[in-house]
Amino acid sequence: MNNFTTLQKQSNAEWNTLSNSEEIIIYIGMGSCGKAAGADKIKKVVLDSAKKYNVSIKLIEVGCIGTCYLEPLMDISAFGNPRISFGNVSEKMAEIIFRKYIIEKEDYSKRSLGFFGEKAFNGLSNFFEQPMLKHQVRIVTKNCGLIDPENIKHYIANEGYTGLEKALKKSPNEIIDEITYAGIRGRGGAGFPTGIKWRTCRDTKSDEKYLICNADEGDPGAFMNRLLIESDPHALLEGILIAAYAIGATQAYIYIRAEYPLAIRRLEHALRQMKEYGFLGQNILGSEFSLDIKIKEGAGAFVCGEETALIHSIEGKRGMPRTRPPFPAVSGLNGKPTIINNVETLGTIPHILRNGPKWYRQFGVDGNFGTKTFSLVGKIRRSGLIEVPLGTSLRKIIYDIGGGTLKPFKAVQTGGPSGGCIPKELLDIPVTYESLAKAGSIMGSGGLVVLDQDTCMVDVARYFLDFAQKESCGKCTPCRVGTRHIVEILEKICRGQAEPDFLDKLESLANLVKSTSLCGLGQTAPNPVLSTLRYFRQEYIQHIDEHFCPALVCSSLIEYTVIKEKCTGCQKCVSVCPTGAITGPRSEPHNLDVDKCIKCRACYEICRFDAIAGNAIVITSSKEA
Amino acid sequence: MEQLDISYDKILHAYPREEGSLIPLLQKAQSINRYISLEIVEVVADYLGMTESQVYGVASFYSQFRFTEPGKHSISVCLGTACHVNGGETLLDTFERELDIKPGECTADKKFDLNRVACLGCCALAPVVKVDDDIYSQVNIIKLKEIWSSYE
Repeated sequence: MNNFTTLQKQSNAEWNTLSNSEEIIIYIGMGSCGKAAGADKIKKVVLDSAKKYNVSIKLIEVGCIGTCYLEPLMDISAFGNPRISFGNVSEKMAEIIFRKYIIEKEDYSKRSLGFFGEKAFNGLSNFFEQPMLKHQVRIVTKNCGLIDPENIKHYIANEGYTGLEKALKKSPNEIIDEITYAGIRGRGGAGFPTGIKWRTCRDTKSDEKYLICNADEGDPGAFMNRLLIESDPHALLEGILIAAYAIGATQAYIYIRAEYPLAIRRLEHALRQMKEYGFLGQNILGSEFSLDIKIKEGAGAFVCGEETALIHSIEGKRGMPRTRPPFPAVSGLNGKPTIINNVETLGTIPHILRNGPKWYRQFGVDGNFGTKTFSLVGKIRRSGLIEVPLGTSLRKIIYDIGGGTLKPFKAVQTGGPSGGCIPKELLDIPVTYESLAKAGSIMGSGGLVVLDQDTCMVDVARYFLDFAQKESCGKCTPCRVGTRHIVEILEKICRGQAEPDFLDKLESLANLVKSTSLCGLGQTAPNPVLSTLRYFRQEYIQHIDEHFCPALVCSSLIEYTVIKEKCTGCQKCVSVCPTGAITGPRSEPHNLDVDKCIKCRACYEICRFDAIAGNAIVITSSKEA
Repeated sequence: MEQLDISYDKILHAYPREEGSLIPLLQKAQSINRYISLEIVEVVADYLGMTESQVYGVASFYSQFRFTEPGKHSISVCLGTACHVNGGETLLDTFERELDIKPGECTADKKFDLNRVACLGCCALAPVVKVDDDIYSQVNIIKLKEIWSSYE
């Protein structure tokens, strides 16, 4: 029996003690978002309660299962019963759950969201039967939220490193053939077939080759990579080992954003464990294959998501892209053949090795095989991270999985600053690289931001172009100067200072930047403008001709008013107004001085949430001829 | 620079003398000194055999590096897409007005510095504000005052 088999046995034994255990085990979702939602406080309540009642518990900090709208999540398995999960747990609730379920042994499981595992329990439904989860196909996110990301044995007990074990018994060429047949395409957004990329690198002769994992998840509104690394770091690391073996690399780098401190800590911890168990360093699992993996922290530059810019950044230079060819697969880091793959791509590789390319091809549609993770956020009921087969319709994602919007749906923004806005008429298109491109957007890394009637499309375009302009590295003129001019035009439209020919100017400038920029950043930066012009042109015209912002967002085009009949004079708004624009004695309708009003929304919000009357302050935008 | 003076050599020599060490070295220096001072630029340039302008050229390219002393607490307002459509910009405006500083600046009493960040990746909880290492979710203008008044 070799070392790996022994380790697997130990891991399975440890994992099996967790399910249906007599011991009290409490799992808390401690990803960055879980912590932001208050998971640290829940942890404290649990530890305090255990002390107070003098019971021994095992607390396991897990990652995130992706149902962010249910954060913080707390799972309990005890008394030989399956693990059950409680959602939106407040400190008070955590205290009550602990007391009732664990101490008083009350039948409190009915309040839970469901159970995990195979064994039915107490008439509860399976956690994965929830509307947000039941339409998903979880491959790369399979372990997220379920295992302890800091315990390599949990990963191994869930088929971890079996993909690597299989890979090491094959030749690199066989692996590349399998990956090519599986048809997986780059999940970073561009969708280039991974197998073909690897083949190019494999076939290039060199004394040294590199593998770089691009974890510089820069798209605002996207957090797929963060969640995967925080929740299941070994999935990525196993993928890196297989990829490095296939292309013949002896050094791998993970280029990760410094804004993800927890993900970095998890990776560092996982790397130490890998060394300890022989998954890293010389002669991995007793084979001829050796690899070292280094973490490189990004220093905050969106353009470093572009592969040649990323390479420059690792080399210690300004992160500016260069023209291609030569492609990095031929000449990359330090002039050596280099493969750069996205986190999700690499995280999927072990599954393909484990189950075979045929298995992988059953998911998705022709030319777009497999699953894709998306961060479903914005004006949506159930936000979070999801994984669906490619080819799933946007409607299914937004309505069946996300539960739709509270206010009328307007558009969905895909692909981050390089993508576009897709209107409701196109919600039935399948999500594939080609169909999204045809609709004027891109797949991108997987951000899906849902927009409703309260979102101004001109403002959204301005927001993205402002982002692209700030992040432009300045190397080529179309991107450096062009994006600046586009932002200026959009700002004037939002301020009601546009001239009639602005739309033509905007369109021609956007097309110019798109066709003449050096790298992907500039070539795709105009997409938010072009797609909103294509589907929401009327909204631009209303801004220009009527100085009217239908979503009531553009501050120069809106006004705040107090409705005298509704105002009870509770003075809440008076107390929050920073400029003294609202005045009036208690119990009498207040006055709002429009000249002093800076449209900060403070009065509007306090009137809706805190005030006695509610909704006495309104925002309007009046049409001008 | 006092803290850095103590173990200059020790810090520097943990990194090989090559161009690729530049960014990790600057990151280390900033994590100790909280910002990149002129002296750090000089020392790093000298160690790596580069000119000061080359070092500054790289450092100023990346938004992580700051060249002025930060406040006691760092406030970062997330302006990712989800935060933007949920009112992130209004939060930034409010901080600017109430603290009377612009992003990248520090209050006169050195208590707070204010920053805009592109995305903290907590999009499902938007809008999000980060103070030092604490992330606050679903923030509105009314919650904001409570947040900064809770910091000494």
